[in-house]
Amino acid sequence: MPSKSSDNLPKAPLGLTLAALGTLLFLHVPMWIIFLYTLTPDETTYTFPLPGFTTKWFGVALQRADLWRSLTLSMQVAAIATLAALILGTLAAAAVYRSNFFGRESISFLLVLPIALPGIVTGIALRTAIGGLDIPFSFWTIVIGHATFCVVVVYNNVLARFRRTSGTMIEASMDLGANSFQTFRYVVLPNIATALLAGGMLAFALSFDEVIVTTFTAGQQTTLPIWIFGQLSRPRDRPVTNVVATIVILITFLPIFFAQKISAEASDTEGETK
Amino acid sequence: MLNRISTFFYRRPGLVLALFLTPPLLYMVVVYLGSLFSLLINSFFSIDDFTGMVIREFTLKTYAQIFNPANREIFMRTGSMAFFVTVVDALIAFPLAYYIAKFSSRRLKTWLLIAVTIPLWSSYLVRVYAWKLILAKEGILSWFINLLHLNGPLDWLLSLPGIGGSSLSLSPIGMFIVFVYIWLPYMIIPIQTALERVPGSLLEASSDLGAKPYQTFRTVILPLAFPGVVAGSIFTFSLTLGDFIVPLTLGNSKFFIGQAVYSYQGTGGNIPLAAAMTMGPVVIMVVYLLIARKLGAFDAL
Amino acid sequence: MMNNPSAPAIQFDQVSRHFGEVKAVDQVDLEIMDGEFFSMLGPSGSGKTTCLRMIAGFDRPTSGKIRLYGQDVSNLPPYDRDVNTVFQDYALFPHMNVGDNIAYGLMVKKVAKEERVRRVDEILELVQLTGFAGRKPSQLSGGQRQRVALARALINHPKVLLLDEPLGALDLKLRQQMQVELKAIQKRVGITFIFVTHDQEEAITMSDRIAVFNQGKIEQIGSPSDVYERPSSAFVAGFVGTSNLVKGEVAKRITGSEQTFSIRPEKIHLGSVRDKSAEDMVSIDGVVRDVIYLGLYTRYLVEIEGGGDLVVIEQNLKTTSMEVLSAKGQKVKLSWQKDHISRVGG
Repeated sequence: MPSKSSDNLPKAPLGLTLAALGTLLFLHVPMWIIFLYTLTPDETTYTFPLPGFTTKWFGVALQRADLWRSLTLSMQVAAIATLAALILGTLAAAAVYRSNFFGRESISFLLVLPIALPGIVTGIALRTAIGGLDIPFSFWTIVIGHATFCVVVVYNNVLARFRRTSGTMIEASMDLGANSFQTFRYVVLPNIATALLAGGMLAFALSFDEVIVTTFTAGQQTTLPIWIFGQLSRPRDRPVTNVVATIVILITFLPIFFAQKISAEASDTEGETK
Repeated sequence: MLNRISTFFYRRPGLVLALFLTPPLLYMVVVYLGSLFSLLINSFFSIDDFTGMVIREFTLKTYAQIFNPANREIFMRTGSMAFFVTVVDALIAFPLAYYIAKFSSRRLKTWLLIAVTIPLWSSYLVRVYAWKLILAKEGILSWFINLLHLNGPLDWLLSLPGIGGSSLSLSPIGMFIVFVYIWLPYMIIPIQTALERVPGSLLEASSDLGAKPYQTFRTVILPLAFPGVVAGSIFTFSLTLGDFIVPLTLGNSKFFIGQAVYSYQGTGGNIPLAAAMTMGPVVIMVVYLLIARKLGAFDAL
Repeated sequence: MMNNPSAPAIQFDQVSRHFGEVKAVDQVDLEIMDGEFFSMLGPSGSGKTTCLRMIAGFDRPTSGKIRLYGQDVSNLPPYDRDVNTVFQDYALFPHMNVGDNIAYGLMVKKVAKEERVRRVDEILELVQLTGFAGRKPSQLSGGQRQRVALARALINHPKVLLLDEPLGALDLKLRQQMQVELKAIQKRVGITFIFVTHDQEEAITMSDRIAVFNQGKIEQIGSPSDVYERPSSAFVAGFVGTSNLVKGEVAKRITGSEQTFSIRPEKIHLGSVRDKSAEDMVSIDGVVRDVIYLGLYTRYLVEIEGGGDLVVIEQNLKTTSMEVLSAKGQKVKLSWQKDHISRVGG
């Protein structure tokens, strides 16, 4: 069913179409170039055109124990930070949605601060606080840092979903005899499930390749982004870095893609029922 | 049993609200605001030049250091970089945002938005890395410029004082390109959101009243898109101010704020100075947010 | 349960609900009888919806008591009351199909699956949606969703069914059809219906009794004809149907008393100034200022002696548009039966 807006869609001027296309290419082509470079046999420079083609670097990267450790660490950090964000973000969204309390606006503001302020502010603030309390920098300090900026992602997604679903649905459920717990299980949860999924996946992706806050909150731990960062300033394993960068792109691409797809579909079905 | 508990809470909506709010608020207030506060406190401490130990006494000495010529230059350099990045991002972002908002079918719109948001959410570091490959002296851009016989203009550009450098991958020009690239999606989305809110009927009304396309664009679309531009600029400006990855990767010895903070607290071990230095971007952003709110940009966020 | 079958289905005892300074419901007393089709009529913000929400349990009285068949339910949560609601926006669960939506109340009460299926089929037949159990709410029309919402509430055999402007979203034709159907269903199931609406015609068509709400208070309770024929206040006279209010000097001229009275436009007879008025009639002369021909009937605006306008409606029994339109500017005699006057105080 075509939407109203597409019925009488004006035709874009050619110049605008070309400019839009150019911007899209500008956004995406650089990432493809990394894919290309995974195939270079050249170990010491970024020579283009590539002097030849080889796939051996994937094998080399797979053999690197340090990379596996970093990958596992990043996965664990992202998983736990996401879990914390899911709980805290959903609670905050539910509170803001269900009642009109004093200072409601400040909640959104407080939650968005960690991504609105430059990452370095969050990073160094956490560093001074953690250092000041003589807490050793560890896996958990990384998680604590990541959770601060992941919460808002879940919060935004879930709150948007709450606002989109009919408010009387919860009343209807209770009216029909379901207590708060049953209402949550049978009505609320199914309705926010995809928002939780979308928010969770975005939070995971955000945490997985975060580097700025991590450089300040990590101790000796090397997450995958920290590993790459090391290679950026002092390149030692160029070809392996290309492979790692490709892996990071792939690992973050899927959750973000599906999260966006879910959000788009949610607003689409809303358009159909109304 | 569950019914009883449910009823207990049902009769006390205030308690439920408190239970919902406490964990996230506690976390954000204690961990996040607490940290910001400790940062603020630290900026009023100083460091003993002799022992390198932090002296935990109130002083404005550290803030005074910020205003020494070297640091002032850092602020100026970072600020102008953030400014130009913002302006250029707005110019580049507009056509695509306009196309998505007003000229694409629902289906195409979904895909275009995904194409813009994927780089927004993902692989910040990897996207910086991509430009290390592209801008390298022996890399693809040089090859291309060579192909077009544009070496002369490039060398001239790189010889300019202040923005030039030994190669694109080690110069403010290179950093500028990368910043523009990295933060571009943050500008596209708010502009698109703002334009999306311009009802089609308004455009029709304008042309109905005899406005030429260019007039409609200038008098109707641009003013309505402006809050979106301001909203986007919050991100591009703030993110550029605080970034240290790009300067560390592509910059030269001339510091940017983020880089300075990073090195003061790291190799320098001077946490108070790093803290005071960070207050710069914080103050700038707070002022910026206040102005943006006045201009109605928050609706476009 | 401490239910008393002979007690009123719903009883309000000095119920108030304040939102800060606003008295949404102000010391309301009300009794609704078992099996009644009862309407709460009033403009938006008059307190009718708040009353409904307090009966359902979504809201609690600031003071006063609400009893359901004698049992004080003022503080019970919605799920502990034998009351169900049909919502204005239907509030169907979008993630469940029609069958699951309807069976929801039985499901949370852990009724066995076979019985649920049986009862869903039964109720679907009642609302004429047999075979729709597998559809999603998004695949239904407005009228069908309305029936599902009704079925979902009725399947629980509530003691009282609350309907919050349930026909508001439907177009006129469907609305009139649903009015008839609702009334028929209520007769069949014998449950007390409490119907909230701002549409006086709807209230009059369907109800056994109507309570007219204004500013948090009930202005009048009575049968549709009571409320229509004998409005107890100027507000009721104006809100339920259209009415002429005559006050002061002019009122004294006609009835001998300065007390304001109301007279319905259709009760007024438009005659020639030469006509003699009958004994049980009152009359006054006037000039036709405006004529609006409406096909079925014509609306006249007549300026009466002593000042003021009266609206008169006459059916176009023998007249044509040409004839009625020529009445403009003519002198006429207005007359009506004495007992068609309602004193509305003031």
